[in-house]
Amino acid sequence: MKLTLKVWRQKNAKDKGHFETYQVTANEHMSFLEMLDVLNESLISEKKDPVYFDHDCREGICGTCSMVINGQPHGPMQGTTACQLHMRHFKDGNTITIEPFRAKAFPVVKDLVVDRSAFDRIMQAGGYISVDTGQAVDGNSIPIGKETAAKAFDAAACIGCGACVAACPNASAMLFVSAKVSHLGLLPQGKVEAKRRALNMVHQMDEEGFGMCSNVTACEAECPKEISVDNIARLNREYIGAAFTADEK
Amino acid sequence: MSLTGIFLILFLVVHLAGNLQLLSNDGGQSFNVYADFMANNPLIQFISKGNFFFILLHAVVGTGLWLTNRSARGGQGYAVKVTKATNTNAGFAKNMWFLGVIIFVFIVVHLAQFWFQMKFGEVGADVVMVNYGDGDVKDLYALVAATFTNLPFVIFYVVCMVVIAFHLWHGFQSAFQTIGWNHPKYTPIIAFLGKAYSILIPLGFAIIPIIFYLNHA
Ligand code: HEM
Ligand code: SF4
Ligand code: FES
Repeated sequence: MKLTLKVWRQKNAKDKGHFETYQVTANEHMSFLEMLDVLNESLISEKKDPVYFDHDCREGICGTCSMVINGQPHGPMQGTTACQLHMRHFKDGNTITIEPFRAKAFPVVKDLVVDRSAFDRIMQAGGYISVDTGQAVDGNSIPIGKETAAKAFDAAACIGCGACVAACPNASAMLFVSAKVSHLGLLPQGKVEAKRRALNMVHQMDEEGFGMCSNVTACEAECPKEISVDNIARLNREYIGAAFTADEK
Repeated sequence: MSLTGIFLILFLVVHLAGNLQLLSNDGGQSFNVYADFMANNPLIQFISKGNFFFILLHAVVGTGLWLTNRSARGGQGYAVKVTKATNTNAGFAKNMWFLGVIIFVFIVVHLAQFWFQMKFGEVGADVVMVNYGDGDVKDLYALVAATFTNLPFVIFYVVCMVVIAFHLWHGFQSAFQTIGWNHPKYTPIIAFLGKAYSILIPLGFAIIPIIFYLNHA
C-alpha cells in the first residue's frame, strides 16, 4: 500500500517545527511503528535525519509510543497503542498526519518525541506505598472483595502513556492521576497513605502545568487501556475528603 | 463551578415555575401579584442577592478555568484534532466558556429589560401600576407583553434558551462528576435527569416569548 505521510519535524525544543511530506510503501501486516521504520530506513539510506519517535516494548505495555495520528492519540483504533495499531486499518492512497502529543507540560524534545517526565514527578509525589510488604505473600492471605480487586486492577492497567493529556482540550492529567490514586488507594496496603497521596499528586499535577478537568471525557475515549472516568470521580471524592480531613497540613 | 452551577440549576426551576404564570388566562393578575411578593419578601430578596453573587462567581471562576486550561494546552496546537467524548457532547463540553459568555450577555440584557425597569424604572413612564383590590402593584405583565411583541427580542430569547440547553447538556452531569458523585445506580439516573432538564427547562422558558408574540403581535 502506498501512503502519504505528513510528519511533524522539529530539530529541538527551541526550533519552531514544521510538517514534512513523505511517500511510503508499506504492507497491511505492519504495525504503525514498523511503517515508520520503513520510512526511516529510506531516510537513512538517503543520508537524511530519520524521524525521531519514542518506542520500547512494541507490545502495548510500556506506554512510550506517543504520537497523534490523524488527530487521535495512538490513532483511530479504540483501546490500542500506536505500536499495536496495524496498517490494515488504513487504505492504499491514504494521507496520514502524524504529530507529537501536545501540551505545555509535555514539551517537544525532537520530532515526535516529547518530554513526559512530568508524569514521573507526579508519581514521585505520591504514586507509591511506603509500607513494607515483605516477600511476595500468598495471594489469598489478605482477602479483598472481587469488585474492589477488579476496580483496582482496571486502574492498574494504566501504562502512563499520556494520551489522556494529549486528547484533553484542557491538557488535564486527571485520568492518569485518578488511575494511580484508584489503583493504590483501593487496596489495603495503599489505603494508609490514600489522603496524602491524593493531595500531593493533584498538587504536583497543577505544579507541572496540566489543565483542570471539566469532564469532557475525551481522555476515556482515547485511552489505549480504556481507563474509566469513574476513577476521576473517585479521585475527586478522595481529594475533597482529604482536603477536609487530612491528618497533616 | 459545580456548586455554583447546581445552585443556578435550582434557581432556573423556581424562576420558570414563577414565569409560567405569565401564561395563565387572567390578564396578568397572578403573575403581577407573584412578582410583587418576590420583590418585597425579605427572604426572597436575600436569595436573590445570593443568586447575583453566584452568577458572578460562576462566571469569574469559569473564566479563570478557561484561561488556565488554554495555557495548559500550550502554544502549538494540533493541525488535525478529533475530539470524541464518551458520556457528554464533546462540542458543548469543549465550548462551555463561549456558551457561558453568551448566557452572561443574555442575563445582562434580560435584567436591563425587566429587573432594572421594575426596580429603578419611573412609575408612569417605564412601568404602570395596577390594582387588584389589595393595593397597587407594578404591572410587570404589561412590560413582558410589550417586549415580546418585538420579533428580534423573541428570536434573541429563543436562541439564548438553546444556548442554555447546550450549556446544561454538559453542565448538569458534569457538576455531579466534579463533586465525585459517580455511582453505578445513580449516575444513569443523573444522566437521564440532566438530559430531561436541559431540554424541558429551556423549552419552558422559550415558549413564553413565542406564545406572547403569537397572541399579542
Ligand atoms: C443560567 C445560567 C447558568 C447555569 C444554570 C450554569 C450551569 C453550569 C453547570 C451545572 C456547570 C458544570 C459545573 C461542573 O462541571 O463543575 C457549568 C459549567 C461552566 N459554566 Fe455555567 N451556568 C450558567 C451560566 C454561565 C455563565 C454566565 C458563564 C460565564 C462565562 C458560565 C461559564 C461556565 C464554564 C466556563 C463552565 C465550564 C466548567 C466545567 O465544565 O467544569 N456559565 N455551568
Ligand atoms: S490513563 Fe490511559 S491515556 Fe492516560 S496515561 Fe494511563 S493509559 Fe495512557
Ligand atoms: S512501544 Fe510500548 S506501548 Fe507502544
